[in-house]
Amino acid sequence: MASANISPIKFHAPVPGTLPAPERELRKRFLKEAEVVPGGARISQCLQCGTCTGSCPVSYAMDISPRMVIALFRAGQIEEILRSRTIWICASCYMCTTRCPQSIKITDLLYALKRTAIDAGVYPERFPVYLLSKNFVRIVNRYGRNQEMLLLLFYYLRRNPLALLRMLPLGLAMLRKGRISLFPKKIKGIDAIRTILGASKELELPREKGTVPYTEGAVGYRAVG
Amino acid sequence: MEYIYYPGCSLESAGKPYDESLRAVFRALDIGLRELEDWNCCGATMYMSVDEALSMAISARNLALAEQAGFRDLIAPCSACYTVLMKTNRFLRESPELRAKVDHLLGQVGLKYSLSVKVRHPLEVLVNDVGIEAIASAAKRSLEGVAFAPYYGCQIVRPERGFDDSEFPTTMDSLFQRLGARAVYFPLKTRCCGGMLMTTFPDVCLQLVKDLLDCAVENGAECIATTCPLCQVNVEAYQKKVNKTFGTSYQVPVMYFTQLLGHALGCSEKELGLHKNLIAWNAPSSVLAA
Repeated sequence: MASANISPIKFHAPVPGTLPAPERELRKRFLKEAEVVPGGARISQCLQCGTCTGSCPVSYAMDISPRMVIALFRAGQIEEILRSRTIWICASCYMCTTRCPQSIKITDLLYALKRTAIDAGVYPERFPVYLLSKNFVRIVNRYGRNQEMLLLLFYYLRRNPLALLRMLPLGLAMLRKGRISLFPKKIKGIDAIRTILGASKELELPREKGTVPYTEGAVGYRAVG
Repeated sequence: MEYIYYPGCSLESAGKPYDESLRAVFRALDIGLRELEDWNCCGATMYMSVDEALSMAISARNLALAEQAGFRDLIAPCSACYTVLMKTNRFLRESPELRAKVDHLLGQVGLKYSLSVKVRHPLEVLVNDVGIEAIASAAKRSLEGVAFAPYYGCQIVRPERGFDDSEFPTTMDSLFQRLGARAVYFPLKTRCCGGMLMTTFPDVCLQLVKDLLDCAVENGAECIATTCPLCQVNVEAYQKKVNKTFGTSYQVPVMYFTQLLGHALGCSEKELGLHKNLIAWNAPSSVLAA
């Protein structure tokens, strides 16, 4: 029989109430990012009322609603959040943050999730928001200021060069009206920006100690300190 | 009175008319405006997605330079700059460890920032420091007959609880009503225009812009006045695309609030950069009796 060749199925089912290793790692990274957000620890106070989702102008285009983001975080499913469209669709209008009855910094926490995703490399290739952010940072680091034209040029060249052609009529109209600056200029203090960049690489991110009451390995009610 | 002025990257290109009209308004009111020397990008929302502490340090360089130049009030007309710079102030105040790191980073380039600079929006400075009555008495033209939708956008009223209500601000409404214009009912006044989603997820963003145009036009607005460079570009420059996508035929002028204000103060079309708008505005010409 062929059964001798079939290796036995390995079950990775975690012990109830604990998380599998990859999830533990992502959770650790996310909590580290969330610690820098003043008031970030308030995530543990979520009532699941859904005010955030109801207030969000783009929740209709999300696959996971803002309320569900927090529910999934509690359930130990960070990877699912990171793989969703949601964190990238947020336009950071802060309506959810303003209205949240529990003062949860939802927008800032979504930023923390974006940083976690970028840091852990969990996003599709040539992903629009990541591409745009990366190129933005590149331009600011080189010139000290953003150059809208360069940013869009870099972005569309990598993302979808054909779209660049479709943008042409609008670009020309803006150019005729004198609303595009063609030649990027470096600021005088660009060396200062570069020194700040260099020095920041040598430093670990500062942490507010003991403000996030979640424990790394646990999920559900056990996780709430 | 002199303010230090932080234009921001947008006002150097697509938002050029905002920059020109803002300077014209301050000139007309005889208020000093000095551009911050060698300012750098505030980091916007995109830098924040990549590295938080570093983006704070970069934005704090501007505040440190303003402090060094001896100013307490910094004017930031772009909503994103306004929010990010204010957020930098708050994060530095609330998180001692973040502050320690930013202090260290600024120290590397011989700068020091002791949190003394207040970040302010020009709309708030005009209404609170100058005063609506003073502006009205300096007016040269009436805005009578102008029906406008007051569009504040999201970031100047959120999340830092700036100068007006975060869902139903009225500063701009009162200012222009006093000058003769009529603010139409516009419940989407702080609804998000989608911002950079126009580049990353255009379908989602076009829908948002269409909602704004629908609401403004249905309520009788002939133009939209906005306080944010990104809102202006999304609602004006992409109006054609909205029309193409949804089969509408909008031709709604979208003005920076400083253009409308400058017109009332008697500034010329050229000074206000009105000729740079893609959709022309039919300005009323009624001159006020001196």
